Amino acid sequence: MKAGDDLEPLVKEPVTRLQLVKYAGASGDFNPIHWDPERGAEMGLGGVIAHGMLSMGFLGQYVAGVAGPESVRRLKVRFGAMVRPDDVLTCKGTVREVDGNRAAIDVWAENQDGEKVTTGEAEVEIG
Amino acid sequence: MRFSVKRNSLWPVTLDVQAGDASEPITFDVERGAVVRLAEAIGDDQAAYEEGTAAPPTFPTTFTFRLPVPSLRALDPARFIHGDQEYAYERPLRAGDRITCVAKVADVTEKETRLGTATFAVIETEGRDQAGELVFTGRATLIVR
Repeated sequence: MKAGDDLEPLVKEPVTRLQLVKYAGASGDFNPIHWDPERGAEMGLGGVIAHGMLSMGFLGQYVAGVAGPESVRRLKVRFGAMVRPDDVLTCKGTVREVDGNRAAIDVWAENQDGEKVTTGEAEVEIG
Repeated sequence: MRFSVKRNSLWPVTLDVQAGDASEPITFDVERGAVVRLAEAIGDDQAAYEEGTAAPPTFPTTFTFRLPVPSLRALDPARFIHGDQEYAYERPLRAGDRITCVAKVADVTEKETRLGTATFAVIETEGRDQAGELVFTGRATLIVR
């Protein structure tokens, strides 16, 4: 791994409402905007939207897949755009810096239109 | 700090989110089943979760919703938007850990957004193991509108 390397993308399965319900149960985030379309519409969101933390979870999976789940030291993301059921997210990353056994990686998840929905950075221990 | 927030003039509400407002410390058992269920919901099938050697990097989010910060708990969750989130780890969380967590409001500011005036609250969380060693810290920005 060296600075400038592009990491192999991870294409996730389409987001489903069932997945949002599972995520709500597993995480404890029962905010109705993630499972109740009426409440989502009432809040001006046009239906349900995915938990931001689900897309962060995808990036966590991506980073853990690159370095090993035991080697993730930091993950920071900004939630930029809404994710809805049927969206297909692809996780991508570029190595920004390698310093000894630590690597800093820029990561993002983009949707089927190429829009970056969640962007962030990670630090992992390597080799 | 007390803010009057008008979400489109039809629904005036008052927020009373205090910087420094903190949860009580709460101790959570990291259960392997809970680790695997979160990984399944994400669609992350790495063996380490089933084997109990690590949890998904976003696992601390499962603590967050069980850590009541008094002034946030009073608000309708549908009015929150999650702006950003950071987790930093001293070591991986793993099944069998007993983690004592505290969440606190680190900062509160009011800003103009596309959707009108909103309150930005920075919530910091930390988790320590049974030896008192720091395991993770979290930092989130919640936008309340």
